[in-house]
Amino acid sequence: MSVLSTKVQGLLAEPGCGRNQAKSARERRAGCQNLLKPGAAAGGCAFDGAKIALQPITDVAHLVHGPIACEGNSWDNRHTGSSGPLLYRTGFTTDITALDVIQGGEKRLLRAIREIIESYDPPAVFVYQTCVTAMIGDDIEAVCQRASEQFARPVVPVNAPGFVGSKNLGNKLAGQALIDHVIGTREPAHTTPCDVVILGDYNVAGEFARVRPLLDALGIRVLASITGDGRYHDIACAHRARVSMVVCSKAMIHVARNMETRYGIPFFEGSFYGVSDMSDSLRQMSRLLVERGAPETLVARTEALIAREEARIGVRLEPYRAHLAGKRVLLVTGGVKSWSVVAALREIGMEIVATSVKKSTPEDKQRIQGIMGSDAPMIDDLPPRDMYRMLKEGRADILLSGGRSQFVALKAKVPWLDINQERHHAYAGYDGMVELVRQIHLTVNNPIWQQVRRCAPWDAAAPVRKAV
Amino acid sequence: MAIVTRLSKACTVNPLKMSQTIGAALAFLGLDRCMPLLHGAQGCTAFGLVLFVRHFREAIPLQTTAMSEVTTIMGGMDNVEQAILNIYNRAHPAVIGICSTGLAETQGEDVEGFLRIIRARHPELAAVALVFVSTPDYEGAFQDGWSQAVTRMVEELAEPAGHRQPQRINILPGSHLTPGDIEELRETAEAFGFDAQVIPDLSGSLDGHVPEDFCPTTHGGASLSAIRGCGTATFTLAVGEQMRAPAEALKRKTGVPYHLFPRLTGLAAADDLIELLSERSGRPVPAKYRRQRSQLVDAMLDGHFAFAGKQVAIAAEPDLLAAVAPWFAEMGAKIAAAVTTTESPVLAALPTDEVLIGDLADLESRAGRCDLLVTHAHGRQMAARLGRPLLRMGLPLFDRLGGAHRTIIGYRGTRDLVFEAGNMLSAQTEEQHASRGDEHRKLQEAVSFSDAAGSGGQCL
Ligand code: SF4
Repeated sequence: MSVLSTKVQGLLAEPGCGRNQAKSARERRAGCQNLLKPGAAAGGCAFDGAKIALQPITDVAHLVHGPIACEGNSWDNRHTGSSGPLLYRTGFTTDITALDVIQGGEKRLLRAIREIIESYDPPAVFVYQTCVTAMIGDDIEAVCQRASEQFARPVVPVNAPGFVGSKNLGNKLAGQALIDHVIGTREPAHTTPCDVVILGDYNVAGEFARVRPLLDALGIRVLASITGDGRYHDIACAHRARVSMVVCSKAMIHVARNMETRYGIPFFEGSFYGVSDMSDSLRQMSRLLVERGAPETLVARTEALIAREEARIGVRLEPYRAHLAGKRVLLVTGGVKSWSVVAALREIGMEIVATSVKKSTPEDKQRIQGIMGSDAPMIDDLPPRDMYRMLKEGRADILLSGGRSQFVALKAKVPWLDINQERHHAYAGYDGMVELVRQIHLTVNNPIWQQVRRCAPWDAAAPVRKAV
Repeated sequence: MAIVTRLSKACTVNPLKMSQTIGAALAFLGLDRCMPLLHGAQGCTAFGLVLFVRHFREAIPLQTTAMSEVTTIMGGMDNVEQAILNIYNRAHPAVIGICSTGLAETQGEDVEGFLRIIRARHPELAAVALVFVSTPDYEGAFQDGWSQAVTRMVEELAEPAGHRQPQRINILPGSHLTPGDIEELRETAEAFGFDAQVIPDLSGSLDGHVPEDFCPTTHGGASLSAIRGCGTATFTLAVGEQMRAPAEALKRKTGVPYHLFPRLTGLAAADDLIELLSERSGRPVPAKYRRQRSQLVDAMLDGHFAFAGKQVAIAAEPDLLAAVAPWFAEMGAKIAAAVTTTESPVLAALPTDEVLIGDLADLESRAGRCDLLVTHAHGRQMAARLGRPLLRMGLPLFDRLGGAHRTIIGYRGTRDLVFEAGNMLSAQTEEQHASRGDEHRKLQEAVSFSDAAGSGGQCL
């Protein structure tokens, strides 16, 4: 456990995290783990976060070492897409018994790894630690090492048992597992001066398919995606990229930083959501690639592509303006970066009545303020009860949030759209923004809203009807 | 008769089973103004929450004692106390149902002891019922957690009564009954003049309704006073073998005798129920049920063609398996593969050769030649790989609407199930015919081609 504690402390002190930079040294030592309030806590555990971050690697087996709760209650519940292998969607767990708790679960774990390799022959096995097995002292790092040697196959320990902290911490520990055990362990067949690594995109709803053609058109090759639609071999070769892009900064920034110091790969933070952010990301990527030896024409070609795409998207967005201008949005999200979405919705003429910034960094907050003006209504924490009241009082026309608050909105009879990881629609890239706007339009302007808000006949003042 | 086996493999692949902790939590969700509280790290609660939200499409009250690595080692007393106080202050529940996770159990936490101390320290909690159930997730399965939670509710809350009310009965439904099933059962009992108290009652809390205001706890379900008063019932009707223990506990505590129905799906099973209700109420069977029985008989006559000789593969918790597998057999189908989650006395009597305590990969490897797969929504990947139709049954059902209202008990529920399963089987048969027709056509084309080529093809 002591190795893990050191790792956790190291990650909490991550200098690249915008949140941490704003804190005093003392606060920083306390870590960014919001101390959880028993009986009033919400959110997943570190194991959950680690699994979210790594499960998008599509060709490996993800084995959860623990009792049935950790995998049995949660598997197959996210919509990250694959363009090929499907093994990542198979749920593997040691499903430990009371006897394992007494005798230790290491033997069962080793046997489970063997069974997986024999029946499924994956390029690697990722082994996830959980609370009970950590508590009884199962040493998954040792078992994984033994298994790697015995079966001549990479077996990667992901040591993020739930009780060490939040989902966020789990994301980071997952990244750490890639740094410690995967990145830099193999060499690519060939490289190009336009090789990039994408960090922190999970290919939710297969949305990277909206971005890839743009990169293809510019001759930019994604050497490795960490981790959306990822492949083990590609990630093992990621250290040969020229540039890396961090999409969700909190989860993977330390991986980018590590690749910068270890392999000299510069990184930038960007986003695929929203027209202007998408364009900025392409611009930065080209510029950095050229600095690293890509042909200089890349910059001009990128500008041409951006101009073409923005013009095309402007035309596609136009028809929605009439339907959505003036509609009021309540935005509650930690996933898809708030500021990207805020900018996009403002572009189309929608009004943001408030945005929750619970999970946003000070930098994010500044950007939101820049976009919305100084009296931007940012709410730090919006408990379900208050959210319900706001919606019930008609102070917003739609709630954009994650699944957690879905029924707060629906029970208040207010339109709701999922913009977090469980969503089914692809919002990345230029066309993704059109899709988001189209979905908002379909949701806000659905004919059911008028009907469900009707009074029941026994509540309304009864009109006197005469039979004819 | 079946042999019950458990494979000696180390890795569970595509789990069928869910933890007993959240089975217990679901039972508490059937109490009115209740907040279930999982004693463990926060992730267990988050997963349970997402699972129930996706299944019921409802906001789900579910809390955690938020144990960390440090508090686990130090002991969870403070966390349990803090959690109860926070819930009390924020949500004012009538009941807090505390379910332990594997983490708390591994540490050997004495939660009952904690509760005694908390009670003594906080007189303001006097009106709140605190019910603890021990449900380590490395033992048993979902239905075991439900069963134990109901047992504990009854032990803690039911009160012996000096008198019996002849009209009053208790219904103890297993975890495999949907809100729709429960409603059907209650209405049936009411039709015989009974006043039925259902414990726990998901048909009150998770039937999908729109409350007038925000509610931080469950909204609807069995009320505290109703549970306290269940000692006045003339008898208890328990559904599913898993409810034997709670029914026994209720009998011990209040003296109310019980009738246990292992299942209520199928003509004979529904007859048993109606017969009992008629006998105990002394009333004739209402015309409505006579007609429904006739409709079911007709549905069986119309539908049996679709079932005859068909091979069905089922994976479900023991009591759901014991409701559905015999019914398929009664319709003329053959149970070619059966997989379940945990031990139960009902398994050995199932109409198949072997019942495996296993996972969905076990079912997949045995179901290749089956006409119909029956399991919860996690069977979708398997169904796609095998190219076989999937009748979704059990929990979770996250990719179809209306799971809470699907009713498969009694005459009417069984009738609808005949139609639903029968239609899937017929569609499958039609598809096979179509593809056989394709082969036939291809064969003919090949023959006529060789005719045209003048090589003297044979005549079909
Ligand atoms: S909190 Fe621990 S036991 Fe619960 S799901 Fe997370 S890892 Fe598993």
